[in-house]
Amino acid sequence: MKLLGLAIVAVTGAFLIWATGEFPDWGDPHSPASLHVSPRYIEKTLEETSVPNAVTSVLADYRGYDTMFETTVIFAAGVSCFILLRLFGKEEPDTVHYRHLLTGLTIRVRRKREGLEQLGEFERMDSVWTPHDLILRTLSRFLIPFIQLFALYVIAHGHHSPGGGFQGGVILGASLILMAISQDMKSALDRLGERTLAMLSAIGVSVYAGTGALCLVLGSNFLDYAALAEIFRVDPVEARSLGIFLVEVGVGIAVMATMILIYHNLASQGRLDEGL
Amino acid sequence: MIWQLDLLVLSLVVICGVGALMIKDLLGSAILFGAYSFMMCVLWAVMGAVDVAFTEAAVGAGVSTVFFVAAVFRTTRRTKD
Amino acid sequence: MEDALQLIISKYNYWIYITLMMIGLWGVIAKNNLVKKIVGMSIFQTAIILFFVSMGMKKGATIPILLHGHAAHSSPHAAEYINPLPHVLMLTAIVVAVSTLGVALALAVKVYRRYGTLEEDEILEQIRKS
Repeated sequence: MKLLGLAIVAVTGAFLIWATGEFPDWGDPHSPASLHVSPRYIEKTLEETSVPNAVTSVLADYRGYDTMFETTVIFAAGVSCFILLRLFGKEEPDTVHYRHLLTGLTIRVRRKREGLEQLGEFERMDSVWTPHDLILRTLSRFLIPFIQLFALYVIAHGHHSPGGGFQGGVILGASLILMAISQDMKSALDRLGERTLAMLSAIGVSVYAGTGALCLVLGSNFLDYAALAEIFRVDPVEARSLGIFLVEVGVGIAVMATMILIYHNLASQGRLDEGL
Repeated sequence: MIWQLDLLVLSLVVICGVGALMIKDLLGSAILFGAYSFMMCVLWAVMGAVDVAFTEAAVGAGVSTVFFVAAVFRTTRRTKD
Repeated sequence: MEDALQLIISKYNYWIYITLMMIGLWGVIAKNNLVKKIVGMSIFQTAIILFFVSMGMKKGATIPILLHGHAAHSSPHAAEYINPLPHVLMLTAIVVAVSTLGVALALAVKVYRRYGTLEEDEILEQIRKS
């Protein structure tokens, strides 16, 4: 199989390399990729949408339809991970591990007793034996709010700097994944439970589609943000900039919720009780 | 960028890619994949694609590597291939 | 000889990108382990994104974020900024790649749960026996 694979790959590679003889030179400003529609996007983006970042304005305004379906793809991936892996079931495991907080001792109890946690000195541990790492826990607790603040900055400043909805949403999701890794998964699920995450990912997609439908209701085309000028009382150029910001927020929410949902389902094999 | 540095980063990308496929430990494969993502991000930042580099740094070297490590943790770690 | 050297110097970028793509493709076809196949698929995807992004490059041009200031009063020349269109398409491609990765890893975990192994030949043997 490996030799056959090597032969197929060599033949395909040779064919592609032979085809590169016809490519334009690297960095040529007159290559056909840069000639037809993209000069119009670069020249008109400031006067039509007042957003200096050409990539954001093309992504969310000129090609907004593609971005809407991409958000739907992310949502569908989150839903399919949930369908594939999630196991509902209330079985408690036989032996439960507890850790004594003051001395670091760990005990293993058969059939969970209620009184131990209420004593206040014991905490529930995962059955995978991870040592109690003070530096990691404390530093993560300090870092997570700053990571989230930076993620919100990235979403909001996508008009003037590299950034936008996806990047900020992924960083927001990564902050909660950091919490699930450094503490245990139960505390991350206490902050943002599974139902909230599923609803948030659906709300993100519907914010995006809802902005488009709102433009339709106000009398213009679908996803034509100039129609929002009547609600916000600004001129149409500013309304397009505001519309771009609204859809970026929707994308950010959907991406955050989906990343966290996929991680929870993968790391706990669907049971959502213990993680890494 | 200076073409020597460009060639160095490109060869590092190829080495990381081949290494991620050849190594027998799946956790090492996930980490090498993270390094491969980082080198790609550097290449795109040099070519001027700052948005794409930002997304790849957040997604490829962050979330993607974590997914791999989580999946390897829940299945086996050694492979004979 | 001069001709061949000229050809190599002007096109070596494309050849390295094609090599990366073929490494990823070989990983998907020839490897036995499921997680290695998924790694090969990811390498293939990022190599294609690299190839696409390199198509939008223009020599001597700057990043596609328009400058403020006195340059904003005159209309910006398209030759000074690199092409933003491949970047937009590749942003979508990266996000779709990570979604596919999530679903593929979920499938791999599910296969492990059912068959107890991740090697393809052992799985096929178990299917044949049952």
